[in-house]
Amino acid sequence: MNPSTAGSLAEPTYLNHETTVRSWLLTRDHKRIGVMFLVLVISALLLGGVFAMLLRIELLTPGPTIMGPMTYNRVFTLHGVTMVWLFMIPAIPSAFGNFVLPLMLGAKEVAFPRLNLASVYIYAAGAALTVFGMVWSGADTGWTFYTPYSTTSPTAVTPILLGVFIIGFSTIITGLNFITTTHTLRAPGMHWSRIPLFVWAIYGTSVIQVVATPVLAMVLVLVALERVAGVGIFDPTRGGDPVLFQHMFWFYSHPAVYIMVLPAMGVITEVVCAFSRKNIFGYRMIAASTFGIAFVGFFSWGHHMFVSGQSTFGSGIFGVLSMLVAIFTAIKIFNWVATMYGGAIDLKVPLLYVLGFIFLLTFGGMTGVAVATTSLDVHWHDTYFIVAHFHYIMVGSVLMAFLAALHYWWPKMFGRLFPERWASVAACTIIFGFIVTFLPQFLLGNMGMPRRYYQYPSEMQWLNVLSTAGASLLAFGFGLIGLYLVWSLRYGKVSPANPWGSRGYEWFSASPPGPHNFREPPRFEREVHDYTVSEAPHVF
Amino acid sequence: MNEFFRQVLFLPEQASTFARDVDHLHYVIISTAMVVATLIFGLAGFFLIRYRRRSESQATRKVQTSLGWEVLFVGSPLAVFLAWFFIGYHDFVWMQTPPPEAMDVYVVAKQWMWKFTYPEGPNAIGVLRVPVGRPVRLLLTSRDVIHSFYVPAFRVKQDALPGAYTQTWFEVTRPGRYRVMCTEYCGLKHSEMWAEVVALSPEDYAAWLREQRAGPVALRDATPGAAERDEPLVPARLAMEYSAEAPHGELMTAERGTLAERGERVAAEKGCLRCHTVDGTAHIGPTWWGLYRREERLEGGGTVVADEAYLTESMMKPQVKQVEGYALVMPSFQGQLDAAEVAALIEYIRTLRGARRDDIRPGGPVYEPIDGR
Ligand code: HEM
Ligand SMILES: [Cu+2]
Repeated sequence: MNPSTAGSLAEPTYLNHETTVRSWLLTRDHKRIGVMFLVLVISALLLGGVFAMLLRIELLTPGPTIMGPMTYNRVFTLHGVTMVWLFMIPAIPSAFGNFVLPLMLGAKEVAFPRLNLASVYIYAAGAALTVFGMVWSGADTGWTFYTPYSTTSPTAVTPILLGVFIIGFSTIITGLNFITTTHTLRAPGMHWSRIPLFVWAIYGTSVIQVVATPVLAMVLVLVALERVAGVGIFDPTRGGDPVLFQHMFWFYSHPAVYIMVLPAMGVITEVVCAFSRKNIFGYRMIAASTFGIAFVGFFSWGHHMFVSGQSTFGSGIFGVLSMLVAIFTAIKIFNWVATMYGGAIDLKVPLLYVLGFIFLLTFGGMTGVAVATTSLDVHWHDTYFIVAHFHYIMVGSVLMAFLAALHYWWPKMFGRLFPERWASVAACTIIFGFIVTFLPQFLLGNMGMPRRYYQYPSEMQWLNVLSTAGASLLAFGFGLIGLYLVWSLRYGKVSPANPWGSRGYEWFSASPPGPHNFREPPRFEREVHDYTVSEAPHVF
Repeated sequence: MNEFFRQVLFLPEQASTFARDVDHLHYVIISTAMVVATLIFGLAGFFLIRYRRRSESQATRKVQTSLGWEVLFVGSPLAVFLAWFFIGYHDFVWMQTPPPEAMDVYVVAKQWMWKFTYPEGPNAIGVLRVPVGRPVRLLLTSRDVIHSFYVPAFRVKQDALPGAYTQTWFEVTRPGRYRVMCTEYCGLKHSEMWAEVVALSPEDYAAWLREQRAGPVALRDATPGAAERDEPLVPARLAMEYSAEAPHGELMTAERGTLAERGERVAAEKGCLRCHTVDGTAHIGPTWWGLYRREERLEGGGTVVADEAYLTESMMKPQVKQVEGYALVMPSFQGQLDAAEVAALIEYIRTLRGARRDDIRPGGPVYEPIDGR
């Protein structure tokens, strides 16, 4: 059954006004592009997830379990590369950003629709090259590609470097597109102080993407050149500096963690408002802290290098600046919780993920403060404590926000409701599984288990077993979500235009929206998420 | 209290002078994190119940912030974070600054083994013997890729870089055997790149050194001292259950004589002595006599203290910091000298010191008095 025929008006939606394969592949509709990205990033998540399970199974016993050391080293690299470059960086901006940002602004399209289509294909090409590298021989450098190991490793590092390099262009294009769209295509009534906070978050992210990604591109090309042509940039026997790579890499990759986390924070803001029926507490503070993070994030890269031989004074500066980033995150956490104060809270599935998000971000953020404390980081650097820290904060927040967004905007995107009960079971499984997976890793780090270890001292075994058990729960939760979401596409209840009674601007359009988003140009006459008005928004 | 927290947090034993202080800050931060997370969560839970939705059409009022609250919310955690940071940084500076009386050991990392060389002669693969109660400075380098020297029980870690020297130090507080691991991914056997620190009482250590000096050269590699032989502890490396063959990787060949003697041989073989003298007379290049820790005037202004870092740099990139008054004729020894040879040269240069300043002709570099050692 077609979702739109069930509504009162049988209007064409973006999904069914054209149905040929060609109309999808050559579409310039930001909503279809968002859906294409969604499919691609979910495939990346699946691939990365399979690698993750292989790693966890290998670590069940202290010695070899199911594979040899070389395979293990490749698998952890492929896990990291896939998850970071193919899933976490593009997931929320490219999939949900593309879908809802123009809707939230009251625009018909993004500023450069053709470039937008190009960004899908560039991403797909980069991902294909990366996967080709994996299948061909698979790098064993870790997702960080540290030199001089990466320039001397016998594995196929080059195709993977180039794949990531190509994906970078997709990121830059998407960023430019969002910046321009936000500046030029806002509907009447939307001045800067009314822009939804998700848009602010995407906007801040785009700025980082446009500024930082070229540095990554450069350093990847330099590594590739050093591998292929033997240029002496990082290799000390040719007069290069091995640590130079780390500076350049983290100059991008530290801000990159905010490329991942800021959009996640934007999603959380939207969902908290919708399910608490409240305007956001401290709109300006949240928008300002987004830019605070984006800015200070550029000056804290050195905290990855406290034991690399950089100057003691330099470490101090980077440590202090990291504390500033932490405080911007703290502001947001306070504001989300404060938003619930005096609200009308409905604990639906997206809000469950928000709670998971807040828990993981608080804990991950506090451990971030702990590792930014230079003396403590000497013990923790490159151990499982760091692995747990960045999974909590980076993976935890991206994953939770991705799932929150998926559930919150599912009716918007496909016009169907998912089964609430199954979804709650899955959400609880995932949050619990996540904690069981990564909490033991903090303790393993304390014990001194280095990261990227194929074998470990036997007294560390039971914590590893616990972690693997948690990972299995996680996998189960994902399986469940996959099942009921696919089921709901066909059999789910048809959704009303605004199933959550949200006052977010994106619900001014029909669900799913028509091919041109709005039947008549919307006007934004109130603030976003203004719940002092009791009626749901009128669909334009 | 210390012991309680240490066990709850699964921290390894505290066997160095830093360990306790570092751990105390750890306890404070982690406990605060737990308390804060609980409070935030408790508050969210309370709101969830107190403000649950009662009807579908329920409207809410707008809550606006006052500046005072915002400042409080932002200011107080920031103050706490910065306080932690400064306490931690104080310890960090301590951990980064080897005391001048420390004994030196050169550490060369290589896929996938650790080699320790003492200035007095013996060298050992996989076992670092140190006396308890005396600061030990490690001068680390690598022969291939980046490795990282990590002793969990000491809370010490430092990267070993190819083509450069880094340093760290520790002082062991009680005799025992402590696990050393590599924490920077370095290829196939990264997770097997283990070694151990054997901390001996000062008497046992002295006895071991005596034995090393007396024994034939062939035995100078990693021979356990009498104290260890009497007390058959299982080395940390063997305590693992999986069978990792030991030693990991190929053996490095042992060298004859003390490190400084080796340095002298290297200097002659590689042609350093064609330009540098070792007795204070100026020649094509600056003399090595008293060079270590001397302040050198540089071409184009500025000075530099000739420490290990500078000496290495001068061998690898002589053009970067050129001493005033000398032509740039020194070739780069990048790729000509391996890490062990660099260590030997530095050790040799360090033995060349004394007060023969009167021999030196004016006009060349200015030699400042040598402070410290
Ligand atoms: C908001 C989000 C954050 C994200 C997404 C994030 C992510 C990460 C990631 C991915 C790493 C590991 C990189 C690697 O070595 O592979 C890392 C390490 C680190 N993070 Fe965070 N982090 C966040 C917040 C913070 C905060 C607030 C602080 C400090 C106050 C912090 C301090 C550190 C430090 C010092 C390290 C390096 C530790 C080491 O490698 O020894 N992080 N973080
Ligand atoms: Cu290693």
